[in-house]
This record gives sequence, C-alpha cells and structure tokens, in this order.
Amino acid sequence: MSSKIRILLPVKRVIDAALKPRINKAQTGVESTGVKFSINPFDDIAVEEAIKIRNAHKDKVESIHAVSIGPSKAQDILRVALAKGADTSTLVDVKDQEVEPLQVSKILKKLQEKHNSNLIILGKQAIDDDSNQTGQMLAGILNWPQATNASKVKINEDNTVEVEREIDGGVEVVKASLPMIITTDLRLNEPKFVTLPKMMKAKKKPLEILTVEDLGITIEHRLQTCKLEDPPVRQGGAKVSSVDELVSKLKELNAI
Amino acid sequence: MLMLQRVSKARVAGPAGALLRWSSTVRLTAESYPQVKRQDFCQITPQAVDFFKSVVGESAVVTDPDDLLFYNEDQMRKYRGQSSLCVKPKTTQQVSEIVKYCHEHKLALVPQGGNTGLVGGSVPVFDEIVLSLSGMNKIRSFDHTSGILKADAGLILENADNFLAEKGYIFPLDLGAKGSCHIGGNVAANAGGLRLLRYGSLHGSVLGLEVVLPDGTIYDSMNALRKDNTGYDLKQLFIGSEGTLGVITGVSILCPARPKAVNIAFLGLESYEAVQNTFKRARSELCEILSAFEFMDRQSQWQAKRFLKTLHPLAQDDPDVDVPEYPFYVLIETSGSCKEHDDAKLETFLESVMEDGTVADGVVSQDESQLKTLWTWREGISEASNMDGGVYKYDVSLPLPVMYDLIEVLRARLDEHGLRSISDASKPVVDVVGYGHIGDGNVHVNVVVREYNKTVEKCLEPYVYQWISDHHGSISAEHGLGFQKKNYIGYSKSEVEIALMKDIKSKFDPQGIMNPYKSSSAEANGSRFDLSASSYARSSTAMSSPLSRRLLKIKKKIPPIRIDAPTAPPTAPPMMAPLLDDLESERELESADADADDKLVDCVIYTTVVCFEPSLLTVDVSTVAVTVGDVDELELWELVVGVSVGVCVEDVDSCVELEELDVCVVCAVLNEDDDGIDDDEDGDSVLDDTLDQPVLEDTPELDQLSYASLSLSPYTV
Repeated sequence: MSSKIRILLPVKRVIDAALKPRINKAQTGVESTGVKFSINPFDDIAVEEAIKIRNAHKDKVESIHAVSIGPSKAQDILRVALAKGADTSTLVDVKDQEVEPLQVSKILKKLQEKHNSNLIILGKQAIDDDSNQTGQMLAGILNWPQATNASKVKINEDNTVEVEREIDGGVEVVKASLPMIITTDLRLNEPKFVTLPKMMKAKKKPLEILTVEDLGITIEHRLQTCKLEDPPVRQGGAKVSSVDELVSKLKELNAI
Repeated sequence: MLMLQRVSKARVAGPAGALLRWSSTVRLTAESYPQVKRQDFCQITPQAVDFFKSVVGESAVVTDPDDLLFYNEDQMRKYRGQSSLCVKPKTTQQVSEIVKYCHEHKLALVPQGGNTGLVGGSVPVFDEIVLSLSGMNKIRSFDHTSGILKADAGLILENADNFLAEKGYIFPLDLGAKGSCHIGGNVAANAGGLRLLRYGSLHGSVLGLEVVLPDGTIYDSMNALRKDNTGYDLKQLFIGSEGTLGVITGVSILCPARPKAVNIAFLGLESYEAVQNTFKRARSELCEILSAFEFMDRQSQWQAKRFLKTLHPLAQDDPDVDVPEYPFYVLIETSGSCKEHDDAKLETFLESVMEDGTVADGVVSQDESQLKTLWTWREGISEASNMDGGVYKYDVSLPLPVMYDLIEVLRARLDEHGLRSISDASKPVVDVVGYGHIGDGNVHVNVVVREYNKTVEKCLEPYVYQWISDHHGSISAEHGLGFQKKNYIGYSKSEVEIALMKDIKSKFDPQGIMNPYKSSSAEANGSRFDLSASSYARSSTAMSSPLSRRLLKIKKKIPPIRIDAPTAPPTAPPMMAPLLDDLESERELESADADADDKLVDCVIYTTVVCFEPSLLTVDVSTVAVTVGDVDELELWELVVGVSVGVCVEDVDSCVELEELDVCVVCAVLNEDDDGIDDDEDGDSVLDDTLDQPVLEDTPELDQLSYASLSLSPYTV
C-alpha cells in the first residue's frame, strides 16, 4: 500500500440536533415533515478532523472523499462537506428508506473499494437512531483496526496513527497502522463555519449519484421498530411546611 | 423654600439613611442626579405595608433591603432607587386594589416587568413602591385558528414564544433580553427588537390590553377584534407609555405562523455604503423571506469577541485573528415556509453580492446551533458593552445615509477631549460601538466606559441629541425615554405634541403617582421650559457658531417688565439639567467653607439662551425683566431674542460658581460684600473652552426667596 492517505468520510443527514424531535401519531417513528435537517454533528466533527489532517500533512493526504447514504436532499450536506474541504463526493440515493447499520457498512465497504481509501473517519453514532454500530461493523467487514470515540488523532510519519479516547477515569491511547477506521467523539474538535467563497467553489466540485443497485447491494431490513414513546414527564415538586409533613409525605410515597 | 426643605429632609431621613446596609456599588440615582427632587408624595406607612400584605399575602411583599436591591437596580447598573417596598400581585384584581390604595394615599409607584429596560424607566428614583408583575405569568388562552394569544403581562417573552412554538406560531417580537423580559413590559416600552422588519411594531400586533388605571379602575379591551373602528383606539395610548398611564396586566396579541425554514448569513463588508447597498439588494431579491437585517461595526465585534471568547465566524481559517479587518458586518435572517425555496433564493442573492464585490466575505448557518451562534455575535454586543464597567446607550432612529456618521462623530469628539482609549485604562471611555437594525433605520450607539463619569456624560449629552435632531432623527427609537432621556423629548417632539401628552397624562393620572420622574411628557410642571427645549433643538446648529459667544457678552440696562410669579416653582428646562447638576455638586463641595460664612449667595439666575437666528443677533436685542416676589426690581439681565429664563432665588448656604455649558449660561448673582465668582475653575467641564465666560454685572441684594419663571416666544424681536 502506498504511503499516501486517502480519506473516506461517511456523513449522514439527520434531524437537526438542536431541535426537539416529535414522535409521529402512529408511534412508529419521528415526525420528519417540515423539520430542519442538518449534518450529523459527529460526522461534522469527522469532516473537520479530515480537513485538519490535510492541513497538517499536506503532502501525505492524497484525497478526501465524502459519501452520504440517504434521500436526494442529502446532497446539501455533501455540499457542506465539499465546501469544508472534501475533494469529491458520492450520494447513494436510497430515497426515504431506512438503512440499517449493517447495510450502511456494506455500502461503505463498496465505496472504500472503489476509491481505494485507507482511512475512514466517521461519527461514533448518528443522533437519530443512536446506534453506534456502523464504524465497528465496517471495521469487522473490512477486517481493519478501529479506534472508536476518538478525542485526539495524531498521524505519525510512518503512517501509524495514535488515537486518544476518553474512558472512565482517564485517557486511553491506541495506536495502529493504516488502513484503519476512526470514529469521532464530541471533544475531538469544534467544527467551523463554511465561508461563502468556499460554498460557491463547492458547487463546482464533483458529486456523483449512485443507487444501491449500482453497487450490487439490496437493502434488507433485519430490525423492526415496535413502538416509540416519549419519556415520562417528570412530576413537579411540592413544598412542605414542616418536618412532620415531610415524613408523612415520604411514607405516603413509600419512600421510607 | 418649601421644596428645598422637603428635599433635604428626604435626603437625611429618607430611605437613603439605610444606605450603609446595602451592598451595592451602583450609585443612587438621587445622588447621581441631585437636580431631580422628590415630589410631594406621601411616605410608605406600616399601615400601607399591612394593607398590601392583606391583599397579596405575606410572601408577595418584599421589604428586605437586600432582596429589594434586585428591584431597585437597573440591569445596566446605572440607576438605583431607594424603594423600601415591592409588591408582587398575582391577579388583576390585586393590582387594582394596590393601585387604588396608592391613589387614595398619594403613594408613588413604579410598575416593573423583567427590569431589562435600558433607560432607567423600570426602577424607582426615590422611594416609589415597586409593583412587580412577575407573579402574573400565566397564559390565559390561545386560539389555534386566529393565532391570538392572551396572557398575563408578567409572562416572560421566551416562555411565550416557546409555548407558541409548540403550536406552530411565533411571538411577533424577539429581542436580546427575551429570557427575562415580560411581554407586558415589552408593550409598555413598545419594544422594537429583531423582527420588527418582518412583523411590524406592537402598535399593529397588539389587539387588546388589560390595564389598571392610576385610580384602580380596570380598563379591559382583551376581547378586541382585528377590525374595530368604534371610537378612539385607546389601547394605543398604553403601548409605549412606559408605565406612566397605568399598569398593563394583560396582553392580547396576534401571532403569525412560525416560519419553518430559517437561514442566517453573516457577512463582512468593506464600507458603510456597501451595507446600504446590500440592504437595498436584500430587500428586492430576498423580498418576502427577509426577516432581519442587522449591521454591526468592527468595534462592536471586537467587544463581542472579548465577551464570547470564541472564534469569530469570519475568522475561521485564521484563529489568531480576533476579528477580521472588515469595518462592517451584516447579519441577514430569512424565514419562510419552504426550505428549498428559501435556500435557493438566499444562495442566488449571496452569489450575486459576492460576485460583484458588494460583500467581501461571509458564512451561512448550516444547522440550528450555528444559527444560534451567529445570532450571539449580534445579540451579545449589548452585554459585551457592559463588561468594562458601564455603557452609555443611545438608541436612535436616523435616516440611513447619515446613520453611521453619528458613531464617527462621537468617536472624534471623545478623542478631541482625550477621553477614549481601548488600551489606556486611565481614560474613562473604551470605545464607541455601533450596531443595529438597518431595516428599521435604527442604530444602537454604545459608548463603552470603564466607569460612569460626569465628564463623559457632559461630553455626550446633550450633544448627541442635538446632532440627532439636526439630522431629523429620533432620540429614542425603541428603548423609550425612561429616566435617561426624559428631559430630551423636545429634540424629537414638537411643543404641540408635548402639550397633548401632558394633557393626557394629567387626565389619566392627575396626582402623577404612576412611574414619576420618567418620560418628561408625564411631568406636571415646567411645560414652558419644554417649549424652550424644542426651540433649542431647532436652533442647535446656530448655537455652536462663534456668534453665540458674542451673544453672551451683550448687556444693557432696560426698564423692567413686571411678570407675576407663578405659583409653582420653575422646573429646570431640559438642557439645563447638567448645569443644575453641577451647581449641586459644587454646593456639596463648598459646604464646608460655607458654614463659616453664611449666605454667600442670595440669588441664582439660570438663564438659558434657547433660540435665535444668526441674522437677528447682530441687530436686535430684546430684554427681559424679572420680578421676584416682593422685590420690585431686579438687575436686568439682558437676554437675546427668544430667551427662556428661569429665576430661582435661594437662600442657600453655598457658593455658586459661574458656570456655563455649551449654550447654557448660569449666572450667579452674589451679595455685594462677596467678590463674586468662585474661581475654582479646575472643574470638570470639558467644554469650558467652547465659550467665553459671561461677564457679571453689579447685583442687587435679595433676601426674599421665591420663584418666578417666564419664557418668551422664540423669534420675537
């Protein structure tokens, strides 16, 4: 394998992280009409990290390719990735179908092969289904080393990569050689704004649109969503005027 | 004399006596502005407190001085009242009972919402009772079809908006203080805010109000309809009345549907001209989706940077740069119902302004959190300006082409007087920053200061008002008059308008108990001087000419004209306020010396040259004689055409300095045995050099204390 780095950036279009999702009437999913969609925040961090790596190792990074699997509107977030600094991009148009992590991993494997990528950086999870599986499954399918929940990434001269992970009680440092998979945690970096001139240039960058059939994959559903429910609403507190009242209240609630 | 005695009593025995216990660093308003005298209201009695407790309950009456600090101090930490009582009613009926009691017992009160006002209108000046509406915070009803929200006045704006968001509607007003301001306060102040461009002013969106009038009567138009042309539209009177006509307790407001797609673009521009061009283009090309167009200068971004401590949106590629070099920044918000449509429109617009160079750089929000971040660079300026110790805020409407000139003029003026430096901590002023709602022709001028300082204030006021008036602007676009600007209404309103306002005020509130000392239209006395205020404003350009200097030296003896002394003492004319202020502080300084030699001064004449035309000056000199009390003749100070004179003869143990300020002249008439002028000139007036000292003539002796005032019409010869 050559010493150049070719980064693959999978990004997902999700309901904006700052919005409060609403469960639809049928309780089968989240209301998505008239709701703002944005790039998955962890994927945004992944894009930012790829750009940082390129800026730090200009001669090493050969290409950055962004890919999204979703409806045709996911082009918007690919444009953002391109504006931030990705060179090329692919949209795998699945219309409005849900794609499960295993399927996503299979599609990504095809794209990895197509672009001969040797570093895949993606969010540790998407904030819509919170699966936290794609990176791991992809590593399994490719049989690559993986560094999940990265809080710091360092590329060494010999193409080994050191990744810091925040774990309970401290920081764990893992090291592997390329090719490898990195999934990003919240504190890896802070994504920046995209400037208008870059946005305009991004329009001219290549955006290829494929279907799953083009990649020789059929989407199958192995999971079933039974029901979605809001968490129970927290009961309001009450004031008591004396210790005796407090004790009797607590007894009433079987707390003591 | 009566008045003076009352004042001194209030100072010694009043709530100021409890001052030492209060742990506030903010100066008492009464100390900062000694020319403002406590009016003849009754003191709060224990019976009154008991009565209020019986109405609202023990827990809703605040009397602890530390707890009261919150209600006494304004958010800019510029004004502090001395109220010893805050009442927090929960129902309109309770408000009515409280107000009725105050009416019957002649107790002054200040209605207070979230206390986020910027002109000192929501805090007491002396010992007025604070009537806090914070306990009235319920939503009464919401009509899903018409979008009409009816709610208590104390509802916090953000809570109202969050409630409406759930229903797919939006509150037609948004402003920086939304987390703490009340909708009732918004209406009382007729707040403008960030979305005025889109949804118009509250005069349009408020459909009805519930107001407790100053005698306790409840005015209720909450069930008003969108169209109702039966008689006068009374609710309009309360919108922007700043609590001087009644206590707003309920608001019925029409809310538009909430836009589903919101975009923000944050742009950097090379010149103010480019800002105007961009606005013009945005209006025509973004058209119906344009919902806010805000501009900020580089200095304001620099302040915001120090406050927010994050990367500036346009400094993404170069983290070492605090704020990029562009002198102006613009925030454009679009809101609409179809994201694709809006995105395409905004994109086309931005491309075209980028391509032809109108806009130098920019970013567009990609998600909700970026959208919020971009807004903080505009909304955070207000708070950032207050970081160094204080801020003088001027919220003005000006014609767009000259809007930014005001900021440059002020910077130059402060530099001229050596008052401004970003780095030198010994200078009182840090910087002057400008930002605001271009879409509404409204600019916020924040003079960021390290401390509140009379020299700075004198340098700025009334100069800034004069400048605004000269350029046909309004001295208060959306903040109201409050305490800060109450004396300057004459710069924006004609005498006819002011007289009408006074009539309305006296009709609603003959005792003047509602939010006294604020918004000068509400003050009962001194109408004649308001006349001079407006005349003064009109003639201000002439005043700064060298002619005015010559004017002051003209003197001539003339036969007296007798004018009967009015019963009420004269109120100082607006532009005299800083002068009187000086006199007061001078007295305090001199009081030690004065003890040794009583009666240094018998008579003080305040004269104010208010209106003249340069062409008249050279030839015509009219004269004014003043008869004071039982003294038949007073040395006549000869005054130029169109002069307003306030004569105040006092038996005061102090020495008064011959003072002048810009176009105002104060003459001290001293007894014969005194050599006259206090020579201590190391004073603080930075404007001393703008005028020559007027000459003092021989003066008569006066024992009698009385008041007289007169005013001559402008332009009489």
